[in-house]
Amino acid sequence: MLQNLKQSLIVSLWFVFLTFPLMVIRVNTMDQVVVWRWMNMLWVALASFILSYLWRYMLTRQQMRKAVAEEGGETRSKLQLLLEDMSFRYKAMGVLLLAALIFPQVFDTYQSTIMISALIYVVLGLGLNISVGLAGLLDLGYVAFFGVGAYSYALLNHHFDLGFWITLPIGGIIGCLFGVVLGFPILRLRGDYLAIVTLGFGMIFKVVMENWSSLSFGPSGIANIDKPSFFGMDLSLADSTIYIYYIMIALVIFTILVTNRLKNSRIGRAWIAMREDEIACVAMGIDMARTKLSAYALGAFWAGMVGVLFASKTTFINPASFTFMESAIILSIVVLGGMGSILGVILGAFILILLPEYMRAFSEYRMLAFGAAMVIMMIFRPQGIISNLRQTYQYKGLKGKTNNG
Amino acid sequence: MADKKHKLLEVKGLTMDFGGLRAVDSVSLEVHEGEIAALIGPNGAGKTTFFNCVTGIYNPTKGDILLHPKGLETRRLNGLKPNKVTEMGLARTFQNIRLFPDMTVLENVMIGRHCRTKAGIFRAILRDKGVREEEQLIVESSYQLLEKVGLEDFANEFSKNLPYGAQRRLEIARAMATDPFLLLLDEPAAGMNPQETADLDQLIRKISEEEKIAILLIEHDMKLVMHISNPIYVMEYGKKIAEGSPQEIKDNPKVVEAYLGEETDA
Repeated sequence: MLQNLKQSLIVSLWFVFLTFPLMVIRVNTMDQVVVWRWMNMLWVALASFILSYLWRYMLTRQQMRKAVAEEGGETRSKLQLLLEDMSFRYKAMGVLLLAALIFPQVFDTYQSTIMISALIYVVLGLGLNISVGLAGLLDLGYVAFFGVGAYSYALLNHHFDLGFWITLPIGGIIGCLFGVVLGFPILRLRGDYLAIVTLGFGMIFKVVMENWSSLSFGPSGIANIDKPSFFGMDLSLADSTIYIYYIMIALVIFTILVTNRLKNSRIGRAWIAMREDEIACVAMGIDMARTKLSAYALGAFWAGMVGVLFASKTTFINPASFTFMESAIILSIVVLGGMGSILGVILGAFILILLPEYMRAFSEYRMLAFGAAMVIMMIFRPQGIISNLRQTYQYKGLKGKTNNG
Repeated sequence: MADKKHKLLEVKGLTMDFGGLRAVDSVSLEVHEGEIAALIGPNGAGKTTFFNCVTGIYNPTKGDILLHPKGLETRRLNGLKPNKVTEMGLARTFQNIRLFPDMTVLENVMIGRHCRTKAGIFRAILRDKGVREEEQLIVESSYQLLEKVGLEDFANEFSKNLPYGAQRRLEIARAMATDPFLLLLDEPAAGMNPQETADLDQLIRKISEEEKIAILLIEHDMKLVMHISNPIYVMEYGKKIAEGSPQEIKDNPKVVEAYLGEETDA
């Protein structure tokens, strides 16, 4: 405690010394005078002292936790325990669902639009969570699948006049196919090499879409894509936004349901085992190729599907929407939220998409804050905002038999 | 000789080269039904490489690995992928523990059931009655295996939090979950204290007698090896230098030389 204060004081003095020429002295060359801004010095001292102390406090707390964990004590936070309580979970889900349903009635179109984009990222995050969070296959080009879905709808709509509802599953399946296409060459890769190839895949998609003008109309993109139809009726802009919002809510629920089931199934366990130890996994009789391909294909499925929705929402797409930046944001959502945790990914998506939206005033500092948040997360909570809950199983009627053995 | 017993694993002249290095040099070995066979030898003798060849992690340069499952036709294992080898009924553990650290103890064993169950992606999403029943069966059979190795109290702990000896036993349970008829244990007693080793001794015998699983083990703990296994195969510098009962091995001058060095006149 006292040690921490002393250390922080030293840090603070050091910062004052370092920033002195920049923050305090200003030479006014016009009037040939030196302005001394002593107030700045005070601010620097205070800020660095507080931040440094906070930093140290968090570090000691983390170390204490580690010590408790080594002694086999309770390390789950209160939040974690609350989440493991089933009845609380159901209640919370009900409240959230209700809030989600009345949201567009209470707020205006602008808010709904923002919420739609956040929900799009929720689905993208959940999809990527399958390959990165569960199967442990880093994918830096995930946005390509999103683009594949968007372009499938745009092109099918443009050339064949196919509607939104038919294309929604088609987009997902085409995404799936591209997942398998990417999956084959990288079956034998892992770690850094895997990251590079997937990164390349994302880049290739964008470059191809920019240059293959006869197919994709190049950088100018495709405009006038149909919005989702509501039983053949034409909706006003506001109504159609609300309509898309509800489609998105349904899609999110569908995604959560399916990914949750997959996660707790035989396939999901195989993915997690593959993430944990590939050699042990294959020695336990799990077909590595099939498991890897299924992880990529199912991850890509969601991106393809939500890509269709994205195209119908914006009614215009061009390759600029599918840059590496998008992949990085989706990956950050998964990492920040908590790899493998569905709730964590949802929270991560809302934080990373909504915060910049509502803090437009600080938009210049967006990337700075983003980076800082990532670094801080990796130091203090490497497992993400919500770490994966442990699955428990019921073994009915077995407890009594234990005495026989 | 009581050679009436069914021959399960037959390895003939197995050779494994890594570039110019011959790690395993035409080693032959047989494991019969009901046996606890042991493969011993000094460090670097090629025992683990031998295991890796048999279980499909390496593709051997020369030789035949034949599996004779009871009532089924003989299969040649050369060049098969590890998961296929496991599917055929040959499971293994690892020298340096390879559990799935961030999965619970029960889930670790449940992974072993993977190749004996078949719910696919679509059925996992639909979760129909058959899938639910299969899941429940996986859970229960896995739990029973945990009881057999005495880990049922840890079922919902993360496997990384288990004590060392328990991790070794969990690896055995996980391997047994794949329904093998032959179990390959790579140094199961490494790093165990005498009490844990004694428990392991019991466990291996139990697996052999109650589960009718034949066992081939690599081990450095001579007390354990001499106590439970027969026959014993000895390897040195990639070659098999001796085989026989514990007593024959103890009296074999070549084995003594391999372990203690050549006798010299003072």
